[in-house]
Amino acid sequence: MIAKPHVDWFALSPSLALTGMAFLLLIVAVTVRKGARRQVSAFLAFGGFVTSFALAILLDDKSPVGTTQVHDAIFRDRWAALAQILLAGCGAVAVLVAYRERMRDEHIAEYYALLCAAGAGMMFFVQAANLMTLFLGLEWFSIALYVLTAIDIDLIGSLEAGLKYLIVGAVGSATLLFGSALVYGQTGQLSFDKIAASGHAHSAMLVVGLAMIIAGLAFKASAAPFHMWTPDAYQGAPTPVTAFMSSATKIAALVVTYRVLATAFPHDERLWTYAVAVIAIVSLAWGNIAALLQRNVKRILAYSSVSHAGFMLIGVASANAIGARALMYYLIPYAAMSLGAFAVVAARERELGVPVTLQNLAGLGWERPFFGMSMWIFMLGMLGFPLTGGFFGKFYVFAAAYDHGFWWLIVAGVIATMISAYYYLGIVRSMYFRDAAELQLAPAGGSPPREWLLGAGVLACVVVTVGSFFAVQPLIDVAQSAAASLPF
Amino acid sequence: MDSWLTTILIVLPMAGALLVAVAPLSAYWIGSLATLISLVEIGFWITAASKFDFSSPALQFSQQHSWLRDLNVSYHVGQYAFSLWLVGATVVVMAAAVIYGWWVGRERARAYFALMLFTTGAIVGVFTAQDLLLFYAFFEAMLIPLYVLIGAWGGADRLRATLTFVIYTVVGSLLMLAAIVVYGLQQGTFDLTKMGPSNSTWLFLGFVVAFAIKSPLFPFHGWMPVTYRQSPPEVSAVLSGIVSKAGLYGLLRIAIPKFPTVAHDWRNVLLVLAAITLVYGSLLAWRAPDLRGVVLYSSMSQSGLIVLGLFAFNDLGLDGAVLQMVNHALISASLFLIAGMVERRTSTGEFALLGGMARGRPALATVIMTAGIIGLAVPLSTAFAGEFLILAGAFQQGWAWAVVGAAAIVLAAMYMLRAISGVLHKDVGPAVPESALDLRLGELAVVVPLLLCLIGLSAWPNLISGHAFGGNQAHVTISQGLQK
Repeated sequence: MIAKPHVDWFALSPSLALTGMAFLLLIVAVTVRKGARRQVSAFLAFGGFVTSFALAILLDDKSPVGTTQVHDAIFRDRWAALAQILLAGCGAVAVLVAYRERMRDEHIAEYYALLCAAGAGMMFFVQAANLMTLFLGLEWFSIALYVLTAIDIDLIGSLEAGLKYLIVGAVGSATLLFGSALVYGQTGQLSFDKIAASGHAHSAMLVVGLAMIIAGLAFKASAAPFHMWTPDAYQGAPTPVTAFMSSATKIAALVVTYRVLATAFPHDERLWTYAVAVIAIVSLAWGNIAALLQRNVKRILAYSSVSHAGFMLIGVASANAIGARALMYYLIPYAAMSLGAFAVVAARERELGVPVTLQNLAGLGWERPFFGMSMWIFMLGMLGFPLTGGFFGKFYVFAAAYDHGFWWLIVAGVIATMISAYYYLGIVRSMYFRDAAELQLAPAGGSPPREWLLGAGVLACVVVTVGSFFAVQPLIDVAQSAAASLPF
Repeated sequence: MDSWLTTILIVLPMAGALLVAVAPLSAYWIGSLATLISLVEIGFWITAASKFDFSSPALQFSQQHSWLRDLNVSYHVGQYAFSLWLVGATVVVMAAAVIYGWWVGRERARAYFALMLFTTGAIVGVFTAQDLLLFYAFFEAMLIPLYVLIGAWGGADRLRATLTFVIYTVVGSLLMLAAIVVYGLQQGTFDLTKMGPSNSTWLFLGFVVAFAIKSPLFPFHGWMPVTYRQSPPEVSAVLSGIVSKAGLYGLLRIAIPKFPTVAHDWRNVLLVLAAITLVYGSLLAWRAPDLRGVVLYSSMSQSGLIVLGLFAFNDLGLDGAVLQMVNHALISASLFLIAGMVERRTSTGEFALLGGMARGRPALATVIMTAGIIGLAVPLSTAFAGEFLILAGAFQQGWAWAVVGAAAIVLAAMYMLRAISGVLHKDVGPAVPESALDLRLGELAVVVPLLLCLIGLSAWPNLISGHAFGGNQAHVTISQGLQK
């Protein structure tokens, strides 16, 4: 008779709610008639994310003291709960963005089922407390995302993007798994706190394992030089999927990276802070310079997400309480800006019927004042301008780096921001400074479809982006209580 | 109530911008609504000035609310006497620019006036912020609407203009951001009235480069010619009249009082740069082929002069610098608006194609004459008072600085008279149609009030130069680090 561990169902509830919804959606796929499937499945998926959002808030409220549950397999603390809140928010907005996507009706319910499954996997992943659950969560959401990327067979490049993502992602997962095996082999422990307590710090095998774990997680966070899949996958995937991937995957991967490094490898802190700092600098340099050369807006935003991974890794590399706070805070406006920007791209794409480039973004600002204004806000936010939360995000990671004594990371961040001004403002330039008439662009379907849901999603992103600037203290308080779960 | 005055001056135009953006009115009424808001803004400034206690060197109309407790960042605004004068220049010039935009009937009125009003609020914020991070926020927020104003309403080469403008200013302000992060964390607070002095050369340079780009000082002026030429004239007026003052104000409020020893060590470098800016700008203005070229390079040379006054580190120089900032704001705004009026009639600003516009156009001739004569600092004008104070202050630092400054005054006469006669006198230029009208009532309503302010100041320059630093002597106030 195997002893069953006590299961804290409440701690698992945000993840379980979405898993349940994924199963329900699969049933919808075969039971609901074709005409109503799109509405029913979108409604259910949205409901699933909202339920999960509410449960995560409850969990955050009821877990002031971090504990491990289910035989030390998962954490129940505010660090995970806050990440789950953000993930659920991203998922809900992603459903709004996806609703009017031109996609075949037959797989629409599976699409939302996979979205819910990916969300559930990420929520499980951020709670991971040992190497097994870490890998399980990673694969769970990754596999869902591989399929989502390739789901639209009518879209040129979607299948190719899915394949690329699958192969490179598999390399990343394998690296993580190999690293975990080395760490387990050296310490004989799976759970993070016991690895830290095992006293094998600095031994060669552990350090190699640590490096491979960092690399594996960096694949998911699309930090350079592990970002090769990012531009292709982001470009090829249906835009609502890209919106979800760019925000939610980043949240999950970075939150877990910080947790693993801080709880499992505190004795090797000196090593991993430098390693992460180097990855941050490479991401900043590569992401920003490569973005300068792109014409396709989705690719620009993909490289921008690489550079943002760099900024957030500055917070990780700082390995202090202010860095943890900075990371959590940064993720809030970043997720909103990234989702919102891709949502605007999706809207433009549906209007024109072709991939959105800098060229055919022309005139958007005047034709669609709301989308133009929103995109403007997102771009300024990503650039780190005041009146958006992106400003305090950058400010905080710089403060964290200064606190740790890594002043050169501030220099790198500042130079990266200078470079990024060119392409972020380039998007604003295309939207406002050139007339559509001048470039002879004609919207594909005449007047644009009325996209109230997408508009509502974009509005929510704008509110978060701007609101996180004015309400910075309450959000920092939340981030601080989340960061208190980490051992700094 | 009084403590709200500064906040009102910041928030009123920003709220007005929102109102203008959403109000369901026609373009004409949008313009008149924006005009009304900018006039109400002037009304609030007059209220503030009438309640201001000029005998006290302390911060007035101040208001502080906790914002980011974690790092001791707060919403802290207030005004010193010199901030009050700069805010005054801002609201007056912005009102003139808004009215001009209304008069010429800018396309896409909703967006245009919303951006203009937003700019007003942001600039007032720069001059009144007493928290370093808030200062930075306004400093950057100012750039956002200007970028679109130039890019969407500018001339044919506007894409290049915006690109150059943004690259320079973003580089400058990010250097400043790095300096702000480090300085603020070292001090444990971002409150300018509580931050103590620092000895770090790097931080000082971070701030100074940002301010030198904004001002602009040689060799950081590369963005200026194309930007000022391609902007709509009223935006050029705002840029050269007010936005450039944000850089000079930064030197006065942050770089000099917060880094006293470093500023003292680097004084000669700054003075040399200022002198080069002054002479080089004047020479370029003298050789400029077009009206805007003269105005923009004269504007650059004036920045050099003001920095000369600031880094003289004495009462005369500082008082003169503040007076000259206000003077120059009014003069350069008038001149850019006049340039716009000339360009509307002839569709060019090239001297080769202009000339002879005085004949039959008395109002135009009078206005250009008046603005030009004050601009070249003729004795008895307020610009003369400002320049004289600065030169007297610089003289105390070394006679050579005063000689350079005096030479520049001669150059100013040369370029300004050349510009005046290039437009008004000589033969009638090929681009000047016979039918070109004299200034209309609407245009006079824009430019005459600016000139009246200048004439009023000419009668009583001491209104500013004697009331810029409260009861104390200027030098004492600044060297105490403005920590009250």
